[in-house]
Amino acid sequence: MTTVALKPATMAQALGRALRDAMAADPAVHVLGEDVGTLGGVFRVTDGLAKEFGDDRCTDTPLAEAGILGAAVGMAMYGLRPVVEMQFDAFAYPAFEQLISHVAKMRNRTRGAMPLPITIRVPYGGGIGGVEHHSDSSEAYYMATPGLHVVMPATVSDAYGLLREAIASDDPVVFLEPKRLYWSKDSWNPDEPPAVEPIGRAVVRRSGRSATLITYGPSVPVCLEAAEAARAEGWDLEVVDLRSLVPFDDETVAASVRRTGRAVVVHESGGFGGPGGEIAARVTERCFHHLEAPVLRVAGFDIPYPPPMLERHHLPGVDRILDAVGRLQWEAQS
Amino acid sequence: MTVMEQRGAYRPTPPPAWQPRTDPAPLLPDALPHRVLGTDAAAKVDPALLRRLHTELVRGRRYNVQATALTKQGRLAVYPSSTGQEACEVAAALVLEERDWLFPSYRDTLAAVARGLDPVQALTLLRGDWHTGYDPHEHRVAPLSTPLATQLPHAVGLAHAARLKGDDVVALALVGDGGTSEGDFHEALNFAAVWQAPVVFLVQNNGFAISVPLAKQTAAPSLAHKAVGYGMPGRLVDGNDAVAVHQVLSEAIAHARAGGGPTLVEAVTYRIDAHTNADDATRYRGDSEVETWRGHDPIVLLERELTERGLLDEAALQEVRDGAEAMAADLRERMNQDPVLDPMDLFAHVYAQPTPQLLEQESQLRAELDAEADGTLGAGPHGPEGAGR
Repeated sequence: MTTVALKPATMAQALGRALRDAMAADPAVHVLGEDVGTLGGVFRVTDGLAKEFGDDRCTDTPLAEAGILGAAVGMAMYGLRPVVEMQFDAFAYPAFEQLISHVAKMRNRTRGAMPLPITIRVPYGGGIGGVEHHSDSSEAYYMATPGLHVVMPATVSDAYGLLREAIASDDPVVFLEPKRLYWSKDSWNPDEPPAVEPIGRAVVRRSGRSATLITYGPSVPVCLEAAEAARAEGWDLEVVDLRSLVPFDDETVAASVRRTGRAVVVHESGGFGGPGGEIAARVTERCFHHLEAPVLRVAGFDIPYPPPMLERHHLPGVDRILDAVGRLQWEAQS
Repeated sequence: MTVMEQRGAYRPTPPPAWQPRTDPAPLLPDALPHRVLGTDAAAKVDPALLRRLHTELVRGRRYNVQATALTKQGRLAVYPSSTGQEACEVAAALVLEERDWLFPSYRDTLAAVARGLDPVQALTLLRGDWHTGYDPHEHRVAPLSTPLATQLPHAVGLAHAARLKGDDVVALALVGDGGTSEGDFHEALNFAAVWQAPVVFLVQNNGFAISVPLAKQTAAPSLAHKAVGYGMPGRLVDGNDAVAVHQVLSEAIAHARAGGGPTLVEAVTYRIDAHTNADDATRYRGDSEVETWRGHDPIVLLERELTERGLLDEAALQEVRDGAEAMAADLRERMNQDPVLDPMDLFAHVYAQPTPQLLEQESQLRAELDAEADGTLGAGPHGPEGAGR
């Protein structure tokens, strides 16, 4: 057995590596979007792809999201596997009609005759000091649309593994890349990327027995930090990283909550109509008799994404999570 | 003294000399729509093409009449008739090679049928029996698109992909006059021109977007004029002249196939029937206008030409009509059979691998169907409401 030297890699580098390896492995994989070519993407995720694979495989398109995704539909109809980049979360909205009326439904409306293997990469979420329209959490829109997979990595290894799987999937995948984790690092051997659990499987990032924090994407490191801080209060928190909202891993989540008896859902998108409500309902339906307290939600406020100078008050942080954990002592309160 | 002179010493740097990148003149459409029938040029048209177009037009008209009748019998949920526009529909189907692709809108069932689709399969969307009743790959006809103009970028992407793969394939996308106002129309044309994709856009300008007339839809001199802004040629054609539409589309497709890029073709035609059977066209247009257009009927124009050239006698005409009648009778008979749908198909084609959540819902429906078959539905411990506990 040879020892491989592990080098620190960022999530952005892992995503770029996943694109590169997918393109090398399958000539049908094409990357397209605004600035993905010569510039290498505004976050440099697609850096070097145009040089290595040519403009026809990594294409700078006109600035038009509906056109980008609509063209990808036609490319997929002809047997290609397009990977489109939406550059920023709120920039994807012009493409919603293509996404919802065509991308999500084409397999269904043609009774399986015309699947669309399209990956839609969306740099998403806040915490990077972006001005408005650069920090939205749009996952609730996507998860409400049958026909789409909704995937969000939180670790460098997952970024690589889940993106490779998304590109290989015969179904459309909305791949939400947490912008504020682009520069997070992990020791990682790019030539031998670690195998990860598949899309649809949640992972217990930290075991604990007092309560479960159910989270995903940009909130995973925040929950892990909160779990460490909670030790001082005598709480031993379990952290479940969902990794995808569609499919949803009821099994792992319910098993965890049955063990701990208490749960908090944490995400930075708004709480009202947000993923947390759906998750809390699912947990309650499956674990009612095991619950010692109501399932709580810690979410962003129900406001348009705030200006960067105020975003730290909006994003769920360690204190807000710990406050919710404190409220899980339901018996004492009621 | 001008403002600039008052500023005295200020001397702006002159901009770099700007050279026009493209001479727009060759891209502009002619002032009047291209016509063949009724002109001297008609004498040169191949008799076989005239007969072929005529047969398809008569079948197409009969198809429109039959489908509209089926809505009155409740066999079709809705039918957007293309009566009056058959020349566009038929020509769109006939100009394509087998390997080419057609991207129809919801009004273009007839183009799909003329391309070879089973008339019943082409109507499943409008009957309410699944959304697309055919495999799009079989005849290379994309699903009928109900959202407006959203199928145009698909045509561009497919044509682009085909060219990247080195295949000699052209995509023809159909859209109405109303659809040209949609953002997807703009994005598709822009992508097509920038990529020089082998795609042809055919706008069937039938005068109205449901009730809104063209004058309230656009201020452009013609819809074909929009092409020049994208850097592609625009062509204007009489949409009721089947030969002219066939000629203009053939040229556009040959141009695309040869690597010349996209073309925007506007066919000026008229929707004789209402928007759909559910629409009341008398609220927004007068009978005299409709009658004027009836005088410019695509079938009449073609039959006049055929007769004048001695290419159509009573017997031949009867044969064509009999063929159309047989098609209509077959359609009527098959559409009068109740389709048998499998409810479990609801879950069959949402994802390649159903999610655990869909598997649960599938089991629930299976149990409901079993209970329905056993006559035990609603007989649970809590009465009928118990099923949803």
